Amino acid sequence: MIRAESLTKHYGALHAVDGISFTVQPGEVLGFLGPNGAGKTTTMRMLAGFVPPTAGRAEICGFSVEDQPTEARRRLGYLPEGAPSWGEMTPREFLDFIARVRDLKGEQRRSRLDDVIGRLHLGKVLDQRIETLSKGFRRRVGLAQAILHDPPVLILDEPTDGLDPNQKHEVRELINAMAKDKIIVISTHILEEVEAVCSRAIIISAGRIVADETPAALIRRSRHHNAVTLRFEHAAGLNEAAADLRALGDVDHVEIDEATRSVTAFPKGNALILTRVADLAGERGWALSQLHLESGRLDEVFRSITEKEAA
Amino acid sequence: MSGIRVIAGRELRAYFATPLAFVFIVIFLALMGVFTFYLGGFYERAQADLSPFFNFHPWLYLFLVPAIAMRLWAEERKSGSIELLMTLPVTTTAAVIGKFLAAWAFTALALALTFPIWITVNYLGDPDNGVILAAYLGSLLMAGGFLAIGSCISAANRNQVVAFIITVVICFLFLLAGFPVVLDFFGGWAPQALIDTVSGLSFLTHFNAISKGVIDLRDVFYFGMVIAAWLYATTIVLEMKKAD
Repeated sequence: MIRAESLTKHYGALHAVDGISFTVQPGEVLGFLGPNGAGKTTTMRMLAGFVPPTAGRAEICGFSVEDQPTEARRRLGYLPEGAPSWGEMTPREFLDFIARVRDLKGEQRRSRLDDVIGRLHLGKVLDQRIETLSKGFRRRVGLAQAILHDPPVLILDEPTDGLDPNQKHEVRELINAMAKDKIIVISTHILEEVEAVCSRAIIISAGRIVADETPAALIRRSRHHNAVTLRFEHAAGLNEAAADLRALGDVDHVEIDEATRSVTAFPKGNALILTRVADLAGERGWALSQLHLESGRLDEVFRSITEKEAA
Repeated sequence: MSGIRVIAGRELRAYFATPLAFVFIVIFLALMGVFTFYLGGFYERAQADLSPFFNFHPWLYLFLVPAIAMRLWAEERKSGSIELLMTLPVTTTAAVIGKFLAAWAFTALALALTFPIWITVNYLGDPDNGVILAAYLGSLLMAGGFLAIGSCISAANRNQVVAFIITVVICFLFLLAGFPVVLDFFGGWAPQALIDTVSGLSFLTHFNAISKGVIDLRDVFYFGMVIAAWLYATTIVLEMKKAD
């Protein structure tokens, strides 16, 4: 379990992190979201024991990060922001060093090394200096380092930054595969990633937690949740269609986007209006190229939450 | 502790993974030769001892050892690898000692590679090899003292050049603590006890004592204390500002 109790970090007058508390249980994948400078990295550094908190405390598997640092660190795999390593080493030397520091011996060391090298597809670059590797490979070397000792707790600061879409997909698969029995905390800017891998999302803004929910619940906060968007073949008749939709029961209001020739109907409350809208479209014989139910937009929720806080 | 050994091993390999080791050793040996044979008048003295060789060690170390020490922590800080190192399950003390030992072993290697001059003096005459061995030991201890000072200054700075310059200045003060250039600063206002303490801190005095062939435990203890104190200061500096 990870436990953070009123973690606070002040740099002079700047309150980088301001009393953050949460616990994470095994099986949970927690996504840390927030604008740049909101305190994500500082929070993760306090959890990993790199930055001492000004106040509050952090625990990893029952061990205090500050008072029993070695015990806590043994149970933690940590990918620092930017995946730093030693550029003059090769991934083979680097991972071997990490294995030795982590006290992996003999057969266990060999099998763990083989496992992470295979999982992160590092076989081809094992003997190249890390400083000559692409950003994507460097990130994967950093991830390999973090999971090498098969820790119960993983803290990954922007694990997919700098990866191409295929690599991102692979890393997400990796996280999903490990998620079952581990505690995983990741920070990310990529909202789709939260939907893809996280079972829980915490949004931080100006050093405070402003939302702590499942990604699905966050999406439900979106004003687009359950809205229906119709895309028309022709621009003519958009306004008439919008008026018809507005007259429909349970429709709160309608927005027209001339550029994409689409009309979006927003329901009152959480009412389901899809069938009625579809019936109406059939009745009127509208020439539609698309008709779909919006699940909600995470970026919109993110913006509305964090901008409200920052204002 | 296994942590110290693993970290020292990684460090030491890192020296040889870059041109640093090669450049340092070549320059170290070349300067040693220049100083000994030209400035020291090794042949002209026509004496079978190595004092013209060892006399220049403190001055050579004054510039070369801080060049090794400046990267110890400043580089880790700059590249961000300090965050990785400090979140691995090793204590700060183990990391400090491991990195120091690697740097010390490296200077020991450079020093050991001056062996041809020892062969030369044995070929030409009949020197007291006990004195030479003692002087090598003293030289190594002094290098350790300089490295420990450099380690602490490097931990406090992100910029290697700044770390280098500050280290040179502090090493210079320690080197000459027993001489007027430093003592005059204290003269007139400081109590005699302080002046005596400061003059007792001189690297040069302790080194000269050992290099005469008299291994007084007090001199060895002195260098041991200097190394321990500066390494301890390094851990405190790191704990305080590792993330800054």
